[in-house]
Amino acid sequence: MVRNENEAYETFIKGIWRDNPVFVQVLGMCPMLAVTNSAINAVAMGGATLFVLVGSSFLVASFKQWIPKQVRISGFIIIIATFVTVADYTLLALVPKVHKELGAFIPLIVANCMILGRQEAFASRNTVRLAVMDALGTSGGFMVALFSLGAIREILGNGSLFGVDLFGEHFEPWVIMILPPGGFLTLGLILLFFNWVTQQKDKFIEQVAEAERVATDG
Amino acid sequence: MDNLVWIFISALLVNNFVLAYFLGLCPFLGVSNSLETSFRLGLATIFVLLITALCSWFLNTYVLIYAPYLRLISFIVVIASTVQFIEMLIKKISPALFRAMGIFLPLITTNCAILGLAIFATNRGYGLVEGIVFALGAGIGFTLALLLLAGLREESELSDIPKLIEGIAMNLIIAGILSMAFMGFAGLFSAA
Repeated sequence: MVRNENEAYETFIKGIWRDNPVFVQVLGMCPMLAVTNSAINAVAMGGATLFVLVGSSFLVASFKQWIPKQVRISGFIIIIATFVTVADYTLLALVPKVHKELGAFIPLIVANCMILGRQEAFASRNTVRLAVMDALGTSGGFMVALFSLGAIREILGNGSLFGVDLFGEHFEPWVIMILPPGGFLTLGLILLFFNWVTQQKDKFIEQVAEAERVATDG
Repeated sequence: MDNLVWIFISALLVNNFVLAYFLGLCPFLGVSNSLETSFRLGLATIFVLLITALCSWFLNTYVLIYAPYLRLISFIVVIASTVQFIEMLIKKISPALFRAMGIFLPLITTNCAILGLAIFATNRGYGLVEGIVFALGAGIGFTLALLLLAGLREESELSDIPKLIEGIAMNLIIAGILSMAFMGFAGLFSAA
C-alpha cells in the first residue's frame, strides 16, 4: 500500500514538472497559444481541459477490458468528445462571457493531442486510480503552462492581471503581446528558458559527479 | 461574389489559420523540416479541408437541426471515416497520388485545423459555396505558412545556431515573426 501511495504521487508530480505536457513534450499547442491572451481565459481553458482529461481517463481506464484493440482510438475520441460537449454546455450555462471569448476553442479540446495521447499511452494500460492521478498531474502541468503564459501576456500586453490594473496609468501597454505574434514569441522564450534550466542542471550534476570521483580517487 | 472573395482572402492572409488562429500547430511545428514534405502535407490538408467543408455542410443542413448537441461527436466521426474511405479509394485508383499525400491523410484528420474549420463555418452560418471557398482559403493559407517556415528552417540548418535555441524554441520565435508580418495584411480590407 505504501508503495502504491508513492507510485500515485510520483505519477502526479511527473505530469506537472518532469513530463510537463507543454514545456517538455510540446503537446496541446493550439489551445495553449490561442486562449492565453488573458489570465482568466487561461484558467477557464485549463479547468475545462482538466475536467475532460480526468473524466475520459477515468472512463477509459474503467472500460479498458471492453474496448476492442482495433477500434480503441475511435472509442477514445468518442469518449473525449462526449466530455467536451458536457464541458461546452456547462461553461455556456455558467459563464457565458468567458464561453464567448473562448469561442471555438472549447470544442477544439477534442483535437488536443495531449488528451488522446494520455489515453493511449497511460489510461488504457493502468488502473483507474493511477490513470486519474496521471490525468490530474498532466492537466495540472497544462494549467501551470497556460496560466504562466496567460499571466505574462496579460501583464505585458494590458498592464493588468485578472482584469486588475497593476501599473497605474503611466504604463504603456505592449499591445503585441496579446495579439497572436505575442503568443508565439512568449512561448518560444519560455521554452528557451526551460532549455537553459535543464542545461544548467545537467552541468551541475556533471560537476557533482566529477567532484565525487575526485574525492573517492584521492 | 464580393463576399466570396472576401472570405477567401480573409482565410488565406488576414486570419491565417496557423498564424492568427493557432490552428494546426502540431504539423506546422512537427513536419516543417523540408519544403518537399511540407508541400505534400499542404496538398493533403487542402484536400481534407474540402471534404470537411462538404461533410459539415451536409451534417448541419440535414442532421444536426434535429440534435445540435451531437455536433462535435458527429463531426469527428463522420469526417474521420470519410477521410479514411477516400484514402482507400485513392490508393485503389491512383497509387501515385496516394504516395504523394497518402500517409498524411489519417494524421491530418486529428489536426485541429480540420475540426476548427467545421466549427468556424457552422458558427458563421456559411452555406455550401461559402464553406468550400473558406476551406480553400484556409488550406492554401496553411500551406503558405508551412512552406514559409520550412524554407526558413532549411536555411537555418546551414547556419551556426547556438545549441540552446535550436529546435522548437527557435521555430516558435520564427513563427512569431511570421505572424507579425501577416498582421500587416489586417489593413487590407478596412481601407477599401
